[in-house]
Amino acid sequence: MHRSTKSRIQAGALALAIGLALAPVGAAAQESTDPIKLTLHDWTGQFITTKIMGEVLKKAGYNIEYVQADYIAQFAGLKTGDLHVAMEIWETTGRDAMDEATATGTVENLGETGMQAIEEWWYPSYMAEKCPGLPNWEALLDEACAEAFSTAETAPNGRYLGGPVTWGGYDDERAEALNLPFEVVHAGTDAALFAELESAYQRQAPIMLWVYAPHWAPVKYEGEWVEFPAYTAECYADPAWGSNADAAYDCGKPRGPIWKVASTMVQEKWPGAREAIKAFNITNDEMGDMVADVDLNGREVDDVVAEWISNNEARWSTWIN
Amino acid sequence: MSAPAAAPLDVASRTGIRSGWGAMHALWAAALVLFAVLWLFAEPIAGWAFEYPKAAQIPLQRWIGNAMRWLVEDASFGLFTFTDLTRFIAAIIDFPYRIALGALSTGLLSGQGSDAVQILPPLPWIAVMAILGLIGHYAGGWRLAALVVACFGFIALFGQWTNAMVTLASILIAVPLGVVGGLLIGIAGYRWRWLEKVIVPVLDLMQTIPVFAYLVPILFLFGFGPTAAVVATIIYALPPMTRVTMLALKGVASEVLDLGHMVGCTRRQMTWRVMVPSALPGLMVGVNQVIMLSLNMVIIASMIGAGGLGFEVLAALRRLDIGTGIEAGLAIVALAIALDRLSHAVADRGLAPKHAEAEPTSLLARYPYVTAALGIVIVSGIAGLAIGAVQTFPAALTLSTGSFWEEVVRWINVNFFDQIEAFKNVLLLNVLIPFKRFLLGLPWLGVVGLLALAGWTLGGIRLAALVGALAFLIAATGQWEKAMVTVYLCSISVIIAGALGFLIGIVTADRERLWKVVRVIIDTLQTLPSFVYLMPAVMLFRVGDFTAMIAVVAYAIAPAIRYTVHGLREVDPHLIEAGTAVGSTKRQILTKIRIKLALPEIMLGINQTIMLALSMLVITALVGTRDLGQEVYIALTKADTGRGLVAGLSVAFIAIIADRLISAGAAHVRAGLGLQR
Repeated sequence: MHRSTKSRIQAGALALAIGLALAPVGAAAQESTDPIKLTLHDWTGQFITTKIMGEVLKKAGYNIEYVQADYIAQFAGLKTGDLHVAMEIWETTGRDAMDEATATGTVENLGETGMQAIEEWWYPSYMAEKCPGLPNWEALLDEACAEAFSTAETAPNGRYLGGPVTWGGYDDERAEALNLPFEVVHAGTDAALFAELESAYQRQAPIMLWVYAPHWAPVKYEGEWVEFPAYTAECYADPAWGSNADAAYDCGKPRGPIWKVASTMVQEKWPGAREAIKAFNITNDEMGDMVADVDLNGREVDDVVAEWISNNEARWSTWIN
Repeated sequence: MSAPAAAPLDVASRTGIRSGWGAMHALWAAALVLFAVLWLFAEPIAGWAFEYPKAAQIPLQRWIGNAMRWLVEDASFGLFTFTDLTRFIAAIIDFPYRIALGALSTGLLSGQGSDAVQILPPLPWIAVMAILGLIGHYAGGWRLAALVVACFGFIALFGQWTNAMVTLASILIAVPLGVVGGLLIGIAGYRWRWLEKVIVPVLDLMQTIPVFAYLVPILFLFGFGPTAAVVATIIYALPPMTRVTMLALKGVASEVLDLGHMVGCTRRQMTWRVMVPSALPGLMVGVNQVIMLSLNMVIIASMIGAGGLGFEVLAALRRLDIGTGIEAGLAIVALAIALDRLSHAVADRGLAPKHAEAEPTSLLARYPYVTAALGIVIVSGIAGLAIGAVQTFPAALTLSTGSFWEEVVRWINVNFFDQIEAFKNVLLLNVLIPFKRFLLGLPWLGVVGLLALAGWTLGGIRLAALVGALAFLIAATGQWEKAMVTVYLCSISVIIAGALGFLIGIVTADRERLWKVVRVIIDTLQTLPSFVYLMPAVMLFRVGDFTAMIAVVAYAIAPAIRYTVHGLREVDPHLIEAGTAVGSTKRQILTKIRIKLALPEIMLGINQTIMLALSMLVITALVGTRDLGQEVYIALTKADTGRGLVAGLSVAFIAIIADRLISAGAAHVRAGLGLQR
């Protein structure tokens, strides 16, 4: 008798323990156990952001799945609910697609990631000697300075290597509006963009190109962004604004937040996860270091993410409560 | 593309052409003068002949966009919608894909996402390799087994095993579906002639529209993820199977058919018991093509979620890790070599006559290979649970070229950039740019007219109508300017690839050893993803047309070499003997006899070179060209179906025009030489 009571208690405790182990902890308790699909694109920073979010959601008991999808094409999937969360939509390159998607009512903006995108004309430090007025953009108006950036195809104009046409950025219009003696050449992918930078940097050769942050390039190479008149909405919309009264785009590119977006399905099925995603926050410097760790020091994304998770428990645990 | 060339000219019509030869010359002279007048003087008065008027444009882009929206959102069969149907197909493909992926990579899983629990581990690498070795031994003996194991050993040694298994899983699904689908369509096309007339142009479009153009609709219809990538791969890889099927079935000897009828086969028996087996050797060529084309798609498929080796290549090059990019790229080549040789050997084995042997009674003796494979799986599976190195290839054993390749590129870059740049500038400023300006300045009306005239000269009124209509459609959909940039980039590349390929072909045709080496190189160039050499090329030649041209030449030179060698070797030896007998020198035999007789074959090689060059355009868009390829790529990233398909169709039209004119031209030359095909 005595013995059987004991064993019964033991069995009960065991059942309780198993129950505790199996029960999802925290917010996920009553929510759907279907996997939340987070999209991965093709740059390291976005991998890290997404995987940090994914790992944190896993800690909260959610079921996570990473899906490879194109940066802009993914909005089609977000709208239909095939995909659920996109962690990095850049103000500078994704704003239009994001606004179009949120306008349909099937996709919502979950706020800033905390990272600020910088996208602008950039030159390596060794070019500062050849064009002394830099980083002020007016130095580029000087013909000798422009010629220092020229190639046989563009001479006597300087050559500016812009991003892929799909990134927008209005660089052709900018060069025109600011009267810059530069020809804008578009790279097809950012791999091509940085291949040219690497090549020029190895030879300490002239180059002026589109560089963005957070990215490994400004960590690896020494250089600076050109300082154009600061962006305002009027500058892009109103020709009268700025130094050129007849043209818009006579200013720099917008700098702005990197946004998180989600399908509205997240709100229906995983409201707790939605709160955690909204709370997600990380800085440019943290991200820059992690990206450099992966792309320059050759570490694995998963290791870097795991390290961040173990070092920042105090931070992420507030996201999921 | 095996276009139906102009009907072989019989003797009567040939003599007819001969007598009309003078008139033809006069007609061409008149047309060229007219063209020159239009080009040089008509711009001020007839601007519309130079720039197609916007008001008269066919809004094809909008139509396609609307049709797509209707398909995705509204199209319905009553009980279920069109999207339901495509999603259902996606689910059917997804099921075997999950099994293949489970067996090779993730293990058998229960549940979804990160909650999934592994019930069974994936096949240990040793087991996969041993099974592939067994297949190699079964199909081609020890030598083939060794080759296959060496290929996969290379993949494992360079740490690409996991990625390669993901790629292999999608190939294992895409290839059988492509083969079966292609076979069924081909049989249907053989049985119903009217269907063949519908199928052939569709196949032409499937092979010439750049894949990027239809990726967006596929994503809409089949959802995001590996399934969509498999569907895209099938669309791209299926056409040769269908073509080969129709060709092979037509080639079945009539005696075989008669026999089938005599023994009283039903229609179904006739197809499956008589025709398909006797057409098998031809069909296996198609299977081989499907495998190779599926591997060509690896990079593009990884852009829409297939992962695996293609993704590794892309990711490595994004961080300018050239070494890893090359290693992953070569792993794709190794995979291609292994699968190519295996499929060839299986085909050959299928042909060998079966000996009637006494059936061994024991199960082991009857199915030695299957039993051995099962044994390996069980033994290595159990051993894998205990010993990690059996289950996954030990990381400590992997090799890496490290920064070797980066250093090579850096060394060339630092020491030779100026010389390269000087050479490039001469070519760019004196040849490429002037040629581009010249093409862009031509009036579309005149070009359409000349193309139609060429069609009429080579193949009669039907060819003229086809060529003229397609060229007109390019202008009428507002793609003329980009099409001309495409033609410029392609034709320069084709001229260079053709000239180089022709020379290499002549040098190697008679040297068996050299030919073997050259073959390995061109096979590698055709299977190595061009992205691997595109980025180092950008470092040395900058972004732009020149880099694009190099990539296109590297990819498209293979058929120029192959067909030249083939053509020179196939020349009737009696003719060469005759030449020697009348005292011709070696050089005379080459130029007067062999090259002349090989000309139709060489022209077909050039035709293939053009097709490959056009198919590379989308890739070269990644280094910043401004042609139809770029238009397709932009449409992809903006998810704009109409824009992508319109530009894609223009690429297809250019391909079809070039193909039809050259095929007709080759037929003409052949007829002129008195050769029969």
